Amino acid sequence: MTQWHYVILAYGLGIAGTAGLISYCWMALKRAEARLDALKRK
Amino acid sequence: MHGFANPTRFLSIARPLTSAFMVTGLIMVAIALFLGVFNAPADRLMGDTVRILYIHVPAAWLGMAGWTSIAIASLVELVWRHPLAGIAARASALPGAFFCALCLATGSIWARPTWGTWWVWDGRLTSMLVLFFLYLGYMALADASQKDAAAGRGGASRVAAIFGLVGAVNVPIINRSVVWWNSLHQPASISIGKSAIDPAFLWPLGIAVIGFSLIFGAIVLMRMRTLLADIRIEARMRRLAAA
Repeated sequence: MTQWHYVILAYGLGIAGTAGLISYCWMALKRAEARLDALKRK
Repeated sequence: MHGFANPTRFLSIARPLTSAFMVTGLIMVAIALFLGVFNAPADRLMGDTVRILYIHVPAAWLGMAGWTSIAIASLVELVWRHPLAGIAARASALPGAFFCALCLATGSIWARPTWGTWWVWDGRLTSMLVLFFLYLGYMALADASQKDAAAGRGGASRVAAIFGLVGAVNVPIINRSVVWWNSLHQPASISIGKSAIDPAFLWPLGIAVIGFSLIFGAIVLMRMRTLLADIRIEARMRRLAAA
């Protein structure tokens, strides 16, 4: 492996992981808000 | 401080702040990583692997800042009984654990070409691994406390808050580990008022640290809003069941 392979691996992990965390938290928020709105309408 | 104890007031501030932090953070991180990969020079000794710095250092900073946030929020919860403090502590755990894991992973990737090994059991790496396990323990405890509170078995969140405070002892150990013990890990390059890093590396690093910190802030706000919504759902369902 060249030095760039290690750099790409670290950046890939950092970018994909951060994007995954943001998506997970965003979807959990939207799901919770949708459930709360549905309950408010009852 | 108790002015923000009202969830409605908190949410009216948190909603626009979440977007502002996230958009600014993403732009700053994109600029920093672009500069780090395409503009910053290679290091004389470490070569191109020095570019891992722009992911590894913000991750290390946020791994430790995450637990510091848990400890401060836990103290506020225990001493002043601020209603949002426990939620803030729980909301900081997941992003803190993620950045702690990212720090360990990118550190390991960086260690292979520079130290010749993926891992060594020295003070810095081991204390950071301990922090990651503390995060896992805190999340399990906070989750169990929340379920207990929902089931009406009292405010067990105090146990999680005490764990959050006690675990904070590991943060200065991580910080001082490279001074107290012999380590392959380099000593701190930046201290208050001075830096041993060349400005060519320092500028993208500063932008990356601020950018990732803003993303961390946005994630904490999103988690707080989710936890508040969950509490409101729980309360509303209990009222519906009682009616």
